[in-house]
Amino acid sequence: MSEQKTAKEKEPMFSAKVLKLLKNPLNLENPITVQVLGICSALAVTVQMKPAIVMALSVTVVTAFSNLIISALRNTIPSRIRIIVQLVVVAALVIIVDQLLKAYVYDVSKKLSVFVGLIITNCILMGRLEAYAMANKPWPSFVDGIGNGIGYGLILVIVAFFRELLGSGKIYGFSVISKALYSSGYMDNGLMILPPMALITIGIIIWVQRSRTSGLQEK
Amino acid sequence: MQHSNKYIFIYSIIMVVVIAVSLTLVAVQLKPAQEDNIRIEKMQNILASVNVPVSEIPKKQVIDVYQKYIRNAIGVNNKGEIVEKDANKVFSIEMANELKKAPDNQILPVFMAILDKGDTAYAVPLRGKGLWGSIWGYISFKTDFNTVEGTIFDHKGETPGLGAEINTKMFQGHFFGKEIFDEKDALVSISIVKGGAKPDDIHGVDAISGGTITSKGVEKMLRDNLTNYEAYFKKQMRK
Repeated sequence: MSEQKTAKEKEPMFSAKVLKLLKNPLNLENPITVQVLGICSALAVTVQMKPAIVMALSVTVVTAFSNLIISALRNTIPSRIRIIVQLVVVAALVIIVDQLLKAYVYDVSKKLSVFVGLIITNCILMGRLEAYAMANKPWPSFVDGIGNGIGYGLILVIVAFFRELLGSGKIYGFSVISKALYSSGYMDNGLMILPPMALITIGIIIWVQRSRTSGLQEK
Repeated sequence: MQHSNKYIFIYSIIMVVVIAVSLTLVAVQLKPAQEDNIRIEKMQNILASVNVPVSEIPKKQVIDVYQKYIRNAIGVNNKGEIVEKDANKVFSIEMANELKKAPDNQILPVFMAILDKGDTAYAVPLRGKGLWGSIWGYISFKTDFNTVEGTIFDHKGETPGLGAEINTKMFQGHFFGKEIFDEKDALVSISIVKGGAKPDDIHGVDAISGGTITSKGVEKMLRDNLTNYEAYFKKQMRK
């Protein structure tokens, strides 16, 4: 087992292997565009950038800490109820995040509404727990969680950027399109605010990513 | 690794207890902050309905500003009698719970505001149904209890860009100066007119294109809630 081998020699905190865990989900193993996980919330919370960023942070915190906890417990978890244990840990973390948002960023928490609760069913979480945390040590698992959270968040923010810019003429709530442009006939595209455009925007991102990285193209 | 049934049972019990205790601790710790948020939001809504620019007021000052403008609050019943005089109790009335009671038992809040110009305005809460879920808001009247001073609407999850537009200034602004009683003092409320209200229509405002069901919901909400207040308003008008 490779695990035992690495345990003997003390690895640096940010070895090449660990850095790869952080970098891969951003592009080659991106949870949304490559693994096509977590699409539902990506469609729902990307109308504006602020909720998208808070959602990205929430998912990152939950993936990182659930990965850490599950990985720390991995040798004690009875395999017959491991999915239940994972779910309970994830659910508890999500409730804590939801309560924190309600207490400190109430307006954003209202915008995210049910989607914070739905992080529990976000496939990225269960995917990372099953595929990574159950078989690896806490620190790499934690980094893996952060990496995947950021990979998810990156796509969310990119989609939200274009939807907010083209749909309401704003970036992070600030108007960026000058009044002169509006008076000369430019109009915000109402379709960008609706979920179908999120799907199309993600589609375009996937297209751009696949045409740039030949390794992702299916034969 | 195969574990015995006993191990699995003990494991799950310990896990559930640990998590239940930690969640309870978090919930209890954060409850005051969350309740403050809900109270402040309610204050912001009441202030917005009497046209105080709440978006420019920092969250920490909302309570002070509220106390400056909203001088009193009373609870009335559907016969127009005052049944609650404690302003704090009136503030904590939840319309969602109140509307579930029998019409005769409902306590309906009326908030009195003294505006910058020295005018008095009266704000009342509204609650109804849109297309996907609840919609709510406040509407305020001038001292004649007939002319609209301002409105604020919000919603749980109406369609973005369509029904959700009811929480924009653009829609709410149309209500200013409209009247809810006709010449014979009958309550006609305010209609939301599809295709646009005529400019001289003092009982109608423009509906939202593509948000017909939400618009209808706002119209019904206004009519239903104002009907409850009709007796009180008429009593005040006679004074």
